[in-house]
Amino acid sequence: MAAEDKKLANGATHIDFQTDPSRYRHWKLAVDGEIATLTMDVDENGGLFDGYQLKLNSYDLGVDIELADALQRLRFEHPQVKAVLLRSGKNRVFCAGANIRMLAGATHAHKVNFCKFTNETRNGIEDSSANSGQHFICVVNGTAAGGGYELALAADHIVLVDDGSAAVSLPEVPLLAVLPGTGGLTRVTDKRKVRRDHADYFCTFEEGVKGKRAVQWRLVDEVVPNSKLEARVADRARAFAAASKRDAQGEGIKLTPLMRTIEGDSIRYRFVGADIDRAARTATISIKAPEVPPPADPEAVVVQGAAFWPLQVARELDDAILHLRLNELEIAVLVFKSEGDPAQVLAYDAVLDACKDNWFVNEVRHFWKRVLKRVDVTSRTLVALIEPGSCFAGSLAELVFAADRAYMLIGSRQGDNRAPPKLMLSAMNFGPYPMSHGLTRLQSRFQADPSELDRVKARLGQPLDAETAEELGLVTFALDDIDWDDEVRVFFEARTSFSPDSLTGLEANLRFVGPETMESKIFARLTAWQNWIFQRPNAVGEAGALQRYGTGERPQFDMTRV
Amino acid sequence: MNIMNVDYTTKIPNNVNLTEDRQVLKALEGWHPGYLDWWNDMGPEGFQESLVYLRTAVSVDPKGWAKFDYVRMPEYRWGVLLAPQEEGRLVNFGQHMGEKAWQEVPGEYRAMLRRLVVIQGDTEPASVEQQRHLGKTAPSLYDMRNLFQVNVEEGRHLWAMVYLLQKYFGRDGREEADDLLRRRSGDADSPRMLGAFNEATPDWLSFFMFTFFTDRDGKMQLESLAQSGFDPLSRTCRFMLTEEAHHMFVGETGVGRILRRTCEAMREAGIDDPHEVERVRALGVIDLPTMQKKVNLHYSLSLDLFGSEVSTNAANFYNAGLKGRFQETRLRDDHRLTGDTYPVLKWVDGAIKLVDEPALTALNMRLRDDYTNDCNKGIERWNKIVKALGVDFEFALPHTAFHRQIGEFKNMHATAGGEIVSDAQWKKVRDDFLPSTEDGDFIASLMTPVSEPGEFASWIAPPKVGIDNKPGDFEYVKISE
Ligand SMILES: [Fe+2]
Ligand SMILES: [Fe+2]
Repeated sequence: MAAEDKKLANGATHIDFQTDPSRYRHWKLAVDGEIATLTMDVDENGGLFDGYQLKLNSYDLGVDIELADALQRLRFEHPQVKAVLLRSGKNRVFCAGANIRMLAGATHAHKVNFCKFTNETRNGIEDSSANSGQHFICVVNGTAAGGGYELALAADHIVLVDDGSAAVSLPEVPLLAVLPGTGGLTRVTDKRKVRRDHADYFCTFEEGVKGKRAVQWRLVDEVVPNSKLEARVADRARAFAAASKRDAQGEGIKLTPLMRTIEGDSIRYRFVGADIDRAARTATISIKAPEVPPPADPEAVVVQGAAFWPLQVARELDDAILHLRLNELEIAVLVFKSEGDPAQVLAYDAVLDACKDNWFVNEVRHFWKRVLKRVDVTSRTLVALIEPGSCFAGSLAELVFAADRAYMLIGSRQGDNRAPPKLMLSAMNFGPYPMSHGLTRLQSRFQADPSELDRVKARLGQPLDAETAEELGLVTFALDDIDWDDEVRVFFEARTSFSPDSLTGLEANLRFVGPETMESKIFARLTAWQNWIFQRPNAVGEAGALQRYGTGERPQFDMTRV
Repeated sequence: MNIMNVDYTTKIPNNVNLTEDRQVLKALEGWHPGYLDWWNDMGPEGFQESLVYLRTAVSVDPKGWAKFDYVRMPEYRWGVLLAPQEEGRLVNFGQHMGEKAWQEVPGEYRAMLRRLVVIQGDTEPASVEQQRHLGKTAPSLYDMRNLFQVNVEEGRHLWAMVYLLQKYFGRDGREEADDLLRRRSGDADSPRMLGAFNEATPDWLSFFMFTFFTDRDGKMQLESLAQSGFDPLSRTCRFMLTEEAHHMFVGETGVGRILRRTCEAMREAGIDDPHEVERVRALGVIDLPTMQKKVNLHYSLSLDLFGSEVSTNAANFYNAGLKGRFQETRLRDDHRLTGDTYPVLKWVDGAIKLVDEPALTALNMRLRDDYTNDCNKGIERWNKIVKALGVDFEFALPHTAFHRQIGEFKNMHATAGGEIVSDAQWKKVRDDFLPSTEDGDFIASLMTPVSEPGEFASWIAPPKVGIDNKPGDFEYVKISE
C-alpha cells in the first residue's frame, strides 16, 4: 500500500475524533464502584484506513481516539472511579504496538500526527493520575511490544505475568529502524529510571525482557504467576483506590455529543467555528463568549454539566484543532479570533477560580490545560487577531499567549462603531494552565525579566488597550486600522511562502522557552528525532525496515553515521 | 510649520489621490517636516532664499511635466508622480512571468522589495548632500540653476521612494523612510549605503563627472526597476527616468563644455601637445589628462555601485520578478534565464578572463555591461568635440579591473589599461591614473564664482542653447542678498 492511495475505511471523508462507548470497536469500559476496567480488544477489521488488519491488539489512530475518549469519560462521567485497570482482551497478548502495515503505508504527516496524538493520550493518563486521582494499573498478560509497552509505561503500576513468555519490549530499533517515539525512551529513563546501559540493551533486543529481570531493571513493578494474577490485580486496584485523593460526590456529568456541522470549508459548533481559506492556506478559529452569566455555585455548575461554557468551548476547540491537524494538512496558519463580552468570560473564569475544589470544576480546569497544550504542540503557525468585538480575556487570552504572533488593533476601524478591543487577564493566566514544560505561557513569555510578569499581574482584571498590551509585552504588534490590513496580509503571505518543515522546527523551538520536563522532552524528541528517522531511507525507503518488515527480506541500510 | 495646513493637492503635485489616502497622509504628517528640516540643513548651502528658474513636474502628461518658473527651493513642489497605469500589465520575467503585475506587495517578497526601494531611495538625498557646497563656486548662473534643478529633482526622487515605502510597506516602511533622512553622505556614524555616495564632490568638474557617471548608474538601476512586476515601483521609476535624462545631460554637456574651452584655449595659445600640462593650466583651463583621471575615478567608483559580478541577490530579485534587465521587454529570450550563461570578467589563475556564469547570478555584470556601453556613447561624443577642435587626444574608459573596491578585482591593483601591478608599483603610478592632491588643488584654484548673467568662468564654455530656450544673458538665479 503506497502512502498516496491511503483511503479511509468505510467511505469516511475525514477522521472523526468524536465517539462514545456505544460506538467503540476496540475498547470496553466497565465500571465497578471505585474501580474501572479499560479492556483493549482491537477489532482486526476495524482499521481507520483500508489496507491493513489490526492483528495482535496492534493499534492505529482510530484505536487511540477511543482510548482518549474513554479517559475523558472516566474523568467527567465517573467521579467515583479512583483506579483504572488497563488490560487486554486477547489471550497472551497485551498489545503489539502501532500497526506496522499502517505505518508503512501512512504519509509522513499522518505518522507524525498519529504519534503526537498518542503521546497526548498517554500524557492524559498521567494527568488523570496526577490531577484527578484516577490511578492506572496496567496488566501485561503477554507481549507488550513497542507502542504496547509505551502504553503500559503511562500507567502508575505495571504488573507483568510471569509465565515464561510474557515480556515487555521496545523492538523499534532492531526491527523497524525507527524509535519508540511515543514517549518510550523518555519514560524508560526519566519516569521508571531504568539505568541507561540496561535501557540500551533493552531497546536493542527485540524479544525484550521478562520475569524477574524486568522487575530488577525497573521495567515493570512486579511479576505475578497467572494463577495469582486476578487476586493480585484486585489487591492493587483496591490499594490504589484507597490512596486516591479523588473526592467526588454524586453523579458524573454526561459528555453529550457535540453539535457540529461541516459544510464546505466551514465547521460550526455552538461557540466555536472554523473557516478555511484554502487559497490563503489559513483557518480562522473563532470563539464566542458565553451569552449568560455563570451559575452562582458549584452545584449549579455541575447541573449545567457539558453545557457549562468553559467545558463546552474546550471540547469544541479540542475537536476543531484535532480536525484541522489531521484532516487539513495544507493549512499553514491557524488564526484565533473571539467575539463577545470579555467581562462575561472573566465571570466564568472567576467561577473556575473560586470553585476549584469542586471535582467537576477541577476537571474543567485540567481539560482547558490539556486543550491549550494541544494548541502549543500543533505544528501550524498560530496567530491571534485581537479586533473590536473580541473577548480575549482570561482563559481565552491564553490563546493569544500560545500564538506565535499576536496582532491587536489600536482604536476602532473607520465606520465601525464598536469599541476598541481590550485584552484582559484573570487568575487563570497565572497558574492553572501550565505548558508541557511546567511554566505558564506568561512565565515562559517573560523569561528575560520576571519582574515583567509582576507588572502584568498588577493589571489583572483591567481592560488593556492595544498600546498598553504592546507596552506590557502581551501582544507582538499594536497596529492602527491604517496599517492593519496590509501588515496582516503581508504576514500571512510571507508566512505561507516559507518551508512548512522549517516553520515546524522554528515554532516548536521558540514556543517552549525555559526548562524541560519529561512531557516536553517527549514532544521535542518526537519533533526532532522521530521526524528525521521516519524520513530516512533506512526506515521508509524501498529496502528500508518498515517496507521490508514481514517480507522475510532483510532491510538494507546506508551505514553512514550521521 | 503646521503640517495639517499642507494642502497636498496643490503643494505636492500628485497623481495618486494623496488627499484621500489616510495611510500616506498620516505617514507624511510625521515625515514631511523632517524632510524640510533635512532640506534646510543639507540642501544647497546659501541659496535657499534665492529665486531659481526651475522646472517643476505638476503632472505626468507631456504638458505638465516641465513647468518653468522662479521658485525658492524650499517651496519647490516635490511631487508624487507615477507613470500612468498600463491596463493589463504583466510580470515580464522570472518565475511569475505571465502573471498579472502586482498592485500590492506580495507578502513573500516584501523584504526583498523594501530593500530595493531603500537602496534606491538612499542614493537620492545623498547626492544633494554631496553637492551642497557647490552653489558658492558656480561658474555661471546657468550652471548654478542646473545644479539646483538636479538637486530638487533628487529631492523629488526621494519623495517618490518614500511614497512607495509609506504606501506599501507599513510600519517598517515608515521607519525606513525616516532613516533615509537620518543617514548622511560621508557621515562616520551613519553614512549613506553605497560607497560612491559617501565620496566628496569637491568641485564642478567632479559634479559634472558625477552626474555623467553616477547618475547614469541611477539610470540603469531605474531602468531595471522600471521592469519590475511590482507595478507601483515600475511606474514610479518610469517617471523618474524622464528627469534622470536631464541630470545626465547636465553631466555630459558640462564636461563637454569644459573640454571645449580647454581645446579652444590650447588652439588660441598654439599648444599642440595636450600633455603639456603646465602650459595648458597656465591658460586657466583644465588640461585633458587631468580630465581623463577624473573619468577614471568616477567611472570606477560607479562600477562598484553595481555590486559583485556574481550575485545571488540579483538572481533572487530577477527570479522573483522584482528587478529586470535593461530593456527587458525588448530582449528576445525566455526571460527566465534558468539554463542560460553570461560571460563574466574574472581573475582566474593569475589572469583576467571571461568565464561563463549562470545568467541569473550574472545579472549585475550584465547591467554593468549595458552601463559601460551607455558611457562609451558619451565618451565618443566628447572625443568628437576634441577632434573637431584639432586636438590630438582621446578619452577612454579605464579597464574594469582598475581601482575597484567591490567585486572580482577588489583585492588587486590594475592600471587604467588593465595591467595588474604590485602594491609598490601602484604607489608609484597611482597619480598617473587618478587625480592627485595637486590636481585637486589646481581645479580648486579655478573654482571662483561667476554670478553675472551671461558670464562664464574662464575654464568652461557657454552652452549652445539656454534652458527653456532663454537667451544667453538670462538671469537663471536671482541671488538674494
Ligand atoms: Fe535621482
Ligand atoms: Fe539623478
